[in-house]
Amino acid sequence: MTALSKGTDLDKGTGRPMVKAEGVHKSFGPAHILKGIDLEVNPREVFCLIGPSGSGKSTFLRCINHLEKISAGRLYVDGGLVGYRQKGDKLYELKEKEVAAQRRDIGMVFQRFNLFPHMTALENVMEAPVLVKRETKAIARERAARLLDRVGLGDRKGHYPAQLSGGQQQRVAIARALAMEPKLMLFDEPTSALDPELVGEVLDVMRDLAEDGMTMIVVTHEMGFAREVGDSLVFMDDGVVVESGHPREVLTNPRHDRTKSFLSKVL
Amino acid sequence: MTDTVDKVPASALPPEQIKAIPVRHYGRWVAAVVVVAILVLIGIAFSNANINYDVIPDYLTADTILSGAWATLYISVLSMALGLVLGVVLAVMRMSSNPVTSTVSWFYIWFFRGTPVLVQLLLWYNIALVFPVLNLGFYKDEMNQVMTPFLTALLGLGLNEAAYMAEIVRAGIQSVDEGQTEASHALGMTRGQTLRRVVLPQAMRVIVPPSGNEFINMLKTSSLVYTVQFTELIKAAQDISSTSLAVVEMYFVASIWYLLLTSIFSIGQYYLERRYARGSTRNLPPTPLQRLKANVRLFASFRRPEAVR
Ligand SMILES: Nc1ncnc2c1ncn2[C@@H]1O[C@H](COP(=O)(O)OP(=O)(O)OP(=O)(O)O)[C@@H](O)[C@H]1O
Ligand SMILES: [Mg+2]
Repeated sequence: MTALSKGTDLDKGTGRPMVKAEGVHKSFGPAHILKGIDLEVNPREVFCLIGPSGSGKSTFLRCINHLEKISAGRLYVDGGLVGYRQKGDKLYELKEKEVAAQRRDIGMVFQRFNLFPHMTALENVMEAPVLVKRETKAIARERAARLLDRVGLGDRKGHYPAQLSGGQQQRVAIARALAMEPKLMLFDEPTSALDPELVGEVLDVMRDLAEDGMTMIVVTHEMGFAREVGDSLVFMDDGVVVESGHPREVLTNPRHDRTKSFLSKVL
Repeated sequence: MTDTVDKVPASALPPEQIKAIPVRHYGRWVAAVVVVAILVLIGIAFSNANINYDVIPDYLTADTILSGAWATLYISVLSMALGLVLGVVLAVMRMSSNPVTSTVSWFYIWFFRGTPVLVQLLLWYNIALVFPVLNLGFYKDEMNQVMTPFLTALLGLGLNEAAYMAEIVRAGIQSVDEGQTEASHALGMTRGQTLRRVVLPQAMRVIVPPSGNEFINMLKTSSLVYTVQFTELIKAAQDISSTSLAVVEMYFVASIWYLLLTSIFSIGQYYLERRYARGSTRNLPPTPLQRLKANVRLFASFRRPEAVR
């Protein structure tokens, strides 16, 4: 689509948001989970999403790469409608291949890592570029090695996930997502399955990524990270956006009672 | 690593080794004696029986028996391959969200598991009664010409096996964490790519052990295909016994071949399981060969203690 704009300064000032949600609703059967989400994420922005358990943060993130279908509203990534094609006022569902093509440009990092256990760290990172982008193995291997070096795992390339610590696994997972050269990265509580002493190494990698200008949406309970690295922050509760603004602003001077009571519990 | 070396706690001294009289397992000795006695009695009974053991080694490598064993082997392997491929297709169909394909798969499994394989073989054998002519558009022939004993045996055994393999494969696929599929989709893989590269390789760990059972069953069930004029091991043994009168001896010969084939495949299964255990355990157990080598080395080092240093 917009190969030129990928992670370059051209993104700045085009005025087009990387992600745009307009009245996004999501229901699972009778359960109404997302109740009209409106937000915009700008290119090169680190966008933090906080909120109590069950408020729909993961669900919203999964809608962005169409792992879940939204029930109402419109969701755009880099100007393109997620999962659908609009002709006139009719929406057409995209075919499986087209959805897969949209997802290539969106990296996702999961709470439970979800590395492929039957592949080494290097193979995990190489797999998608070879399979999906039809890259040659040599090129994919070279990039995978570079990415593993970058996340500080240059000496663990031949290890299987079961032979790595949680923090190391999550860093491999980040490298695996980066190997597809995405223009947007989604993080769903990337550190909450980790022992406290391993959280820092993953956050360091994410901070490094943010400095490089990656557009990131981060669901997190790490308020320190949100305050330091985040460019904007949204507090979600019960499927709606309660409050949004600059992280320092929201975290130190929350305006809504719900935000206040949530922050008093987690800070 | 402290500098108070003068005060060594009492527990740091080497403890006195316990010298106790071990519990006597009298039951084991009794059991061993009973087992040996029974084996000896069975041995005596068999050696006094009117069986001509001398002919067994000769018949073991008779041409008829060898080609029979070969036929058993290849019809089993090919039927199993057909069963595996079709089983994967049926399992995927069964789990598909499309109600038509999942119902078709359900009925297939219901029918082929619910009827005796002997009946299925005979149905294929007599398929010309239903479809006298095979017409594929580009290919047309009398059904009786097409359905050779080999093809009849392959279809009978393979299509039956597919129904069982489908359930084994389905269990394997369902054993793989859903997060694996999500991660693959998030990377832009299609469902087919996810299945082939991510889900099936992990499902194999669950699929291989029961498939080993299925294969060994297949080796023996394949003896039924003599009913469709396909000559395999049992048929070969019977052909010889009908002229040589060495009836029981020939069943011994066939049994030895079946034991040999199943033993070989058990070893193959061990290595296959090891291969698919990659990544699921931190360290793979040594193979029997590696264990043997390690023991030999250990033994050598006992003999020549100076060589160890
Ligand atoms: N596939 C599903 N089917 C039915 N209900 C679901 C499904 N996925 C999520 N939900 C429900 O949606 C609600 C929001 O879930 P979600 O995972 O988005 O919350 P969350 O904000 O990420 O919470 P947490 O902080 O615990 O991860 C929960 O009540 C959950 O039970
Ligand atoms: Mg969540």
